[in-house]
Amino acid sequence: MNGFQIVVCGSLVPDPLQTLEPVTTPQGPGLKNETMLPSVLDPWSAHALYEAANLAKQVADSKVYLVSLGPKAKLQQLMMTVAQKVPFELVALDGSASGFTDAHGVAAALADAIAAIPGLDKSRLLVFGGCASASRDASVTMQLVCERLGIRNFFAGVDEFKVAEDGSFTVLERIEGGEYLASSCKGAPAVLAWATGNLPEPPNNPQVGMANMRGVMPSLMKAKPTPSGVGGIAYETTEIPPQKRQTRIVKDASADEIAKEIVEWINN
Amino acid sequence: MSKTLALLHTQADGSLPKAALETLTAAVALGQPFDVAILGTGASAAADAIQGCGAATFYTVDDPAVAQPRYATDTAAAVALIQAAGAELVLAPGTSRFSRCLPGAAHRVDAQIDTHIVALKAEGDTLRAQRWFYRQRILGTFSRAARPWLLLLDSGVFAPWQGAAGKADAQAVAVTFAEDDQRTTVTGVQKPVADAQTIRPDAKLLFVAGAGWTKKQKDGQFHIGDASTLILDFLGKTQASLGSSKSLVDIQGEGQETLSFMSHMNQVGQTGSTPRHPKGLATCCHGEEPHAVGWRFINERRAVNLDPNCGWAQGKADVLYVADAFEVMAKVNALL
Repeated sequence: MNGFQIVVCGSLVPDPLQTLEPVTTPQGPGLKNETMLPSVLDPWSAHALYEAANLAKQVADSKVYLVSLGPKAKLQQLMMTVAQKVPFELVALDGSASGFTDAHGVAAALADAIAAIPGLDKSRLLVFGGCASASRDASVTMQLVCERLGIRNFFAGVDEFKVAEDGSFTVLERIEGGEYLASSCKGAPAVLAWATGNLPEPPNNPQVGMANMRGVMPSLMKAKPTPSGVGGIAYETTEIPPQKRQTRIVKDASADEIAKEIVEWINN
Repeated sequence: MSKTLALLHTQADGSLPKAALETLTAAVALGQPFDVAILGTGASAAADAIQGCGAATFYTVDDPAVAQPRYATDTAAAVALIQAAGAELVLAPGTSRFSRCLPGAAHRVDAQIDTHIVALKAEGDTLRAQRWFYRQRILGTFSRAARPWLLLLDSGVFAPWQGAAGKADAQAVAVTFAEDDQRTTVTGVQKPVADAQTIRPDAKLLFVAGAGWTKKQKDGQFHIGDASTLILDFLGKTQASLGSSKSLVDIQGEGQETLSFMSHMNQVGQTGSTPRHPKGLATCCHGEEPHAVGWRFINERRAVNLDPNCGWAQGKADVLYVADAFEVMAKVNALL
């Protein structure tokens, strides 16, 4: 079996601990102080990246690419941490990473960038990404990339990928009720949108970081400006609905009293 | 108004899932003429079962190739149904099957697609949709002028359609599948690697377990065995669904001893699921706003927690019991 070319699609999202406030900009909805918000690699994309690196370690002659669409300056900051995790070659696209951009335009840009990777061999190609982003959260981008690349095998909400000697593989996809749909596929090319997978976040490895950064900086320098706007979406409002509840705090009740109240509430 | 299609699929037993019936309610509520299209095993019988919904025409694909959910064949079937109906507006349930394949179908019919729709409002020729952005933190209302437009509706938003069965006289739509469409074979459905099935989407109660269950308790010792017994006993007695905070499932990923029946599938919140249940009881959960989105769609919320100022409960729960969850849950189980 030849090694895989594993292309991971993933970009930055605001750190989940940040407060998000929608604002209107000339380009459409955005976030207040968006350029100042600390960013992290999109969580599901991060899982996809770690799974890709793990697969590349197992299958000789495999290589991992990270295709990332975001503001160049913020991508550079992000790479300071992400590049220390696992080996990859960055393909950077300079554009908006806003959650309000249209997935169709983003998918077109990603698919074009993947198709333009020098030496791309579709018979060895696995495209990984998150099953959703923590920004747009639409769960459609990877399928649109799949279609644009002319690939017919797509898997969503993947938690497990096992490859056999002959290049065929099995996949577990999350479905309703906490169950998995198990499938087998004859081999690459395929697109997999990952859920969490089974790997913990790798520790930082400065040596990996140094090796990655040799390719990251040139990639950022030549990052192609990529217009990714709201497309055909006409936004009317974006708002944070009031969620505040009047919480009744029960402090000095015994466990018996509390249990009785909870059981009555459950049974009502 | 655009020519509307309710696009549905059957389950393995030939019945329509609850989410499909909810989509049917949404289509009826638009107050415009609409068609229904169904793919999957027993599609024709499923059309008969909802004949009274008021659809003008029923279309079906029940080729053996779509007996199992597979991206390529489902996408090809959905394209054939959308084209047969000449649909400009397609409402579909946001099930795992359609979430997987309909974005691909949208691309092939040159359509726009939006998912996780939680509200629809038709005004003349304009259809406004609502969905959450940034993982349930910002709610957006929007429309699109372009057609076709596919909308996948979140489950639990609309009531399931109920009505009379009849003879739908569904039109069978032929689909030509490419050889490449069947390179993937569905081999079955598996339960996650866990001791018990604990995720029940239709449960009336969501029980959220936080990392506190696996921390040292008042006596300075871990009581993970006791925690497992208490939680499983409670789930067995109430048939509640089990959710977990991120920190609790991460503990497991890092190799520490934790609750053996818990997996990433149970995780709720910013990077997990946001299930819909009428009631939710959170125990030993801590965290601020981003983590609390895990129970954004829980109507009545109560929490048992040792910290009265915890961001998970203050302003988020209706009632916060400041107490030891081990003691309280033991008493609750005894009463149940």
